[in-house]
Amino acid sequence: MEKRDGEMSELVRIESLVKHFGPIKAVDGISFSVRRGEVLGFLGPNGAGKSTTMKIVTGFLPADSGRVAVGGEDIAANPLAAKRRIGYLPEGAPLYSDMTTRAFLEFAAGIRGFRGEEQRRRVAETVARVQLESVLEQPIDTLSKGFKRRVGLAQSILHDPEVLVLDEPTDGLDPNQKHEVRSLIREMAPRKAIILSTHLLEEVDAVCSRAVIISAGRIVSDGAPEDLHARADGHNAVTLALRGVAAESARAALAAVEGVREVEEVGGGGEDGAGVRLRVRPEGGRAVALEVSRVVREHGWQVEGLMVDRGRLEEVFRAITAPDRTRS
Amino acid sequence: MANVLVIFKREFQGYFATPIAYVFMGVFVALAGVFTMYIGGFFIRAQADLAMFFGFHPWLYLFLIPALAMRLWAEERRAGTIELLLTLPVTMTQAVLGKFLAAWLFTAVALALTFPVWITVNYLGDPDNGIIVAGYLGSLLMAGAYLAIGSCISALTRNQVIAFVVSAAVCLLFVLSGYPVVLDVFGAWAPPFLVETVSSFSFLGHFEDIIKGVIDLRDIVYFASLIALWLFLNVLALEVNKAR
Ligand SMILES: Nc1ncnc2c1ncn2[C@@H]1O[C@H](COP(=O)(O)OP(=O)(O)OP(=O)(O)O)[C@@H](O)[C@H]1O
Ligand SMILES: [Mg+2]
Repeated sequence: MEKRDGEMSELVRIESLVKHFGPIKAVDGISFSVRRGEVLGFLGPNGAGKSTTMKIVTGFLPADSGRVAVGGEDIAANPLAAKRRIGYLPEGAPLYSDMTTRAFLEFAAGIRGFRGEEQRRRVAETVARVQLESVLEQPIDTLSKGFKRRVGLAQSILHDPEVLVLDEPTDGLDPNQKHEVRSLIREMAPRKAIILSTHLLEEVDAVCSRAVIISAGRIVSDGAPEDLHARADGHNAVTLALRGVAAESARAALAAVEGVREVEEVGGGGEDGAGVRLRVRPEGGRAVALEVSRVVREHGWQVEGLMVDRGRLEEVFRAITAPDRTRS
Repeated sequence: MANVLVIFKREFQGYFATPIAYVFMGVFVALAGVFTMYIGGFFIRAQADLAMFFGFHPWLYLFLIPALAMRLWAEERRAGTIELLLTLPVTMTQAVLGKFLAAWLFTAVALALTFPVWITVNYLGDPDNGIIVAGYLGSLLMAGAYLAIGSCISALTRNQVIAFVVSAAVCLLFVLSGYPVVLDVFGAWAPPFLVETVSSFSFLGHFEDIIKGVIDLRDIVYFASLIALWLFLNVLALEVNKAR
């Protein structure tokens, strides 16, 4: 399967999607494609158009204009063929609440064309993967929020689809379950193209190989999570906790290092208050840690701690989805 | 077809997962019995047939069937499960058919539970059982038409109360179009052929033919095409505004 490279590995292709709801332009010319093996984190402020885009990709809503192809099948022209390749967890994980977990999963398996023994095997496998054994015979409306989300997830992966579209899959899960679901996603990733939306930026680092940020229906950033970190103001800043040196002289020495923009004192260090904490900010996110540690060694300062900042995703997110470009 | 069956099964079992099934069947059978025995003067008529029993069905269906049909799509919309259902590899027509057939079979079961009335009339006299069978079939067909109307209107809203009220009103129109109330209004100004047309749309005319034991293909075609038309509109209604 890994051999089918090139054209075939592009499983989702989205071209200039536009969608209005009355006067609201929910999606405004979004294009991207997702290849096998990619986990695309879909980010953006509330109302940016993430769920709307996903609804169009999965064939629930028609686009006003633009094209979506899933595994080469056009979702508008050939919806059934495209939908067979997709597993979808809609926003809020809607489920038939009067059914038991088992009955619901059997229903989903039935629609996916699995019968008899094959159906039982699929359901059992999926239940084990998402750890639903304990609630199999329970009516869905009596399940807790996290279990409901997992039933929805189970439904979406039951037929081992090539394309997974997950709208906030870890919303409402406890930290252990978040971890489990992320491991599951990582484990499935090499064989699938996965699009997942999330408001949890740590999730992007944990599972995504690519992050697309949208705001007011448009893509404002598309790249690897590392690239996003690099755009953070504090990217590659070095925080130093030193001992045996006066703050002023340390600052002067460090400021002279090539590529350093500024050095600020961020508090005293150590339990006795004799130390000093400095934050060295580089110019344009350059990597200066090596230089800084060379200077430290040359001067013979004692180092209590040295930390290189990756840059906070939240900062970047806020900067590129500034309030004046978003709506409620 | 396989998909229709899977959806049908889910829907049908759904009725029995909640008290809906028992309440609906209980009320249906009780009302059918009460109407026939007391209001219809079953014992006084001293006539061994079920004309009275079937005569009440159009009125019974008028509020019971919209109550059954109101949740078909409105509930899917409210709960958001419509998004789940319509992103599975099923066509809109399959989904509409599966749901409709499940509701129809459910009505058939409720109708079948009125069998004590049939037994009673056989015990008391010597009715023409062929006519009674025709009556049951006619009643079931008419119930299908009510259901198709209710299903379509339920697809237009996420509010079950609105779905109920509007379907009951539309069904009432279909029932009344055979009655003088409506025909007189038309007769005052419309040419006779139009009056004829309107009256030929009435549930009552066609249903009464059938329960008299006259099974005319035209009456069957009438109900069947009415069902097909409303289910087609149902599919259209979903296509147009499934997101609302
Ligand atoms: N059915 C609808 N009718 C009218 N407007 C809608 C509808 N669905 C979405 N919208 C509007 O479209 C815009 C995008 O909504 P969408 O749900 O896609 O945002 P989102 O990025 O998923 O937000 P969130 O992070 O809150 O889930 C919003 O302004 C929303 O109000
Ligand atoms: Mg959303």
